[in-house]
Amino acid sequence: MAPITTLHYLVAAAALFVLGVIGVLTRRNVVIILMSIELILNAVNLNLVALSRLYGLHGQVFAIFVITDAAAEAAVGLGILIAFFRNKETVNVDEVDLLKW
Amino acid sequence: MFFLDHIYLIPLLPAFGAAMMFFFGRKLQKSAVSAVCVGVVVLAFIMAVGAFWQYTDWAAANNHQGFEKVMYTWLGSDTGHLNYVKQDGSLAQFHADVGFFLDPLSGIWLLFVTGVGMLIHIYSVGYMAHEGGYYRFFGYLNLFMFSMLTLILGNNYVMLFVGWEGVGLCSYLLIGFYFHRKSASDAANKAFIVNRIGDAGFLLGMFTIAWYLGSVKFTEIIPLARSGRFAIGDPIITAATLLLFVGACGKSAQLPLYVWLPDAMEGPTPVSALIHAATMVTAGVYMVARSNALFVLAPTSMKTVAIVGALTAIFAASIGLVQNDIKRVLAYSTVSQLGYMFLALGVGAFAAGVFHVFTHAFFKALLFLGSGSVIHAMSGEQDMRNMGDLEKRIPITHWTMFIATLTIAGIPPFAGFVSKDEILWQTWSSEHGAYIWLWVIGYGTALMTAFYMFRLMYLTFHGHPRMSHDVEHHIHESPKSMTVPLMILAFCSIFAGFLGWPHSLGGESRFEKFLEPVFSREATVMAEEKPGQLAAGAKEAEQTSGTEYLLMFLSVGAGIVGWGMAWKAYRHADKGYPEPIAVAAPPLYGVLLNKYYVDEGYDYLFTGRRKLGDVRLGVMGLGEASSWADSHIIDGTVNGAGWITRAVGTLSTWWDKIIIDGIGVNGPAVVARMLSYPMRMLQWGLVQWYAFVMVAGLLGFVFYYAWK
Repeated sequence: MAPITTLHYLVAAAALFVLGVIGVLTRRNVVIILMSIELILNAVNLNLVALSRLYGLHGQVFAIFVITDAAAEAAVGLGILIAFFRNKETVNVDEVDLLKW
Repeated sequence: MFFLDHIYLIPLLPAFGAAMMFFFGRKLQKSAVSAVCVGVVVLAFIMAVGAFWQYTDWAAANNHQGFEKVMYTWLGSDTGHLNYVKQDGSLAQFHADVGFFLDPLSGIWLLFVTGVGMLIHIYSVGYMAHEGGYYRFFGYLNLFMFSMLTLILGNNYVMLFVGWEGVGLCSYLLIGFYFHRKSASDAANKAFIVNRIGDAGFLLGMFTIAWYLGSVKFTEIIPLARSGRFAIGDPIITAATLLLFVGACGKSAQLPLYVWLPDAMEGPTPVSALIHAATMVTAGVYMVARSNALFVLAPTSMKTVAIVGALTAIFAASIGLVQNDIKRVLAYSTVSQLGYMFLALGVGAFAAGVFHVFTHAFFKALLFLGSGSVIHAMSGEQDMRNMGDLEKRIPITHWTMFIATLTIAGIPPFAGFVSKDEILWQTWSSEHGAYIWLWVIGYGTALMTAFYMFRLMYLTFHGHPRMSHDVEHHIHESPKSMTVPLMILAFCSIFAGFLGWPHSLGGESRFEKFLEPVFSREATVMAEEKPGQLAAGAKEAEQTSGTEYLLMFLSVGAGIVGWGMAWKAYRHADKGYPEPIAVAAPPLYGVLLNKYYVDEGYDYLFTGRRKLGDVRLGVMGLGEASSWADSHIIDGTVNGAGWITRAVGTLSTWWDKIIIDGIGVNGPAVVARMLSYPMRMLQWGLVQWYAFVMVAGLLGFVFYYAWK
């Protein structure tokens, strides 16, 4: 067994990020989209934590900020989603086209 | 002094009865209704007799003035809201009390209204026993008594007017008592509307008096009128009295407003007796007699009253000669007798006129109640052509009616002879004989009266029976409650005349003496102004000449001749009997039978029931024509102006909307919108596409730099 190197982490993070982007672009349910955004953020966190091996603890501190930010973002996003569901009776993103013109 | 101090109870008692009927009548038994309604009127009669009795004592100690009792101020306290400017420019306050005034004039009315009213209430208990709406009928009768007593006892014109309108209302309600019958409700409307015309005159007269004299109170107006401040023939007083007389014409059924009274016979017979013969229709006479102080200041008005009265007397009597409905004959007889009363008032013989009102109340109520008894016996039949030979079958009715007929025909010594003869004699002797032609009319009326009354008697009670067998089988004498009032009234008809038995026949003219405090001043005023005018009370004493006996003989002769003519013509009346007037002059008979076509004439002139093609005739037609002119010509002009304004406005709107808004304001906006259209196409609103474009762009940059 070869030891797990930084590169492994970076590849895994890149895979997670790509999964997250594909999720954001293809899924129609806003809840799944929010979850995919979490995936993207966590991919970034993984990058930050992995690279802190080379550059010191700054990355880990920043990862904690990102987690906080993710929680806040999820709360605001779900809040908007519930308010929106009350008006439109749907959580499908392709039925939401108010943001035009 | 109990009765005099509590005089307000006299009108309030019947008002209480009426209120009881209004609130509880529906739930009460017939016996309870009779007990309450008749009871209050009997009490009112007792109170009236008591008050009258005490008044005579009181007046003897108080210089024979009127007794006045003011309850409270009704209109016009000292707030200044009812101040108005009098004719002479000074300020006066409109002031009307709820107050009662008892003097010989109102006393006489009080006695016979409550007395006859009481008898008619008792009579109605029997007459209405089998009718629906029993409590309603008695409630109305009590309300009528209240109104009439207010009218009589009011101490000012406003109170009098309240009663005046009240009796008009009750008359309307009672004529329309059988309201499901169209003819009855029509008759009620006719009575009400015709009375309104008279009331308008009365109101205007009352306001003129208030404006000129500054008061509506009798005790202030009468001394003012007698104070000599106003000249005889004062034009404003003449106008005021003529307006008052218009009111009297409406209420007392004089030409040309008499038309409602014959139709008023649609009501139940006791109503005809109480309201349309004995009491209400004499309200006009009362009002003119009450205003005597003003009337003597206006000789033109007096002359008008006398002439209208005389013409009404002969006009109505001639119609009565040929009518076939028993109540209609009596209705025209009433109109005719009222004409006599106004004739007496007009020639200045106020006391004689009032005396005739007094006697007339008894004998006409008796005649009407008798006719009601006949109708009762005949199962509702009113047409005399279908009667005959009732003499033996309903003897009490026959004999009492016979007495009343002798009375009204002027056969001595019954009451009608005394009062009617007095009127004729005064007409003859006043103004140096200037009114002799009025005497001729009155004399002719006396002859006609005797004829139509005995015609009625012979057709009803004598000759051959002409009714159907069913009806004949049912004929019966009326119950005690009906016959006893008849007998009492018959007694009064015989003996009432002795109250005013003239000097010339050895009497004392007590009736005139009693009324002297009310009328004596007028007599002197008239005597001073025109030396030929004899004072009403003093005349008999100074002139019991042969002329008077001759006239008396002539008028008795008229009665007997009329009787004889009726006897000759109708004594053996059988089915299809000939009418002497129809035989002698058929066109005249037609005119009389159709009442001189007065109703038809009114239809052409006033009511608007007649049309020429599509055009209505008379004043209603005039009204329609001016309404047409108003709606087509005046309104057309107005609408035309409006149309032009609107058309200009529409054009202006178009300019504003199309040119200003369309090109000036909206135009640039439309251009901007068209130009911006391609840009809008990029923004189609789906967030995921925006994200996709972002990612694609990012990848594009990555590949670009990686490639490079």
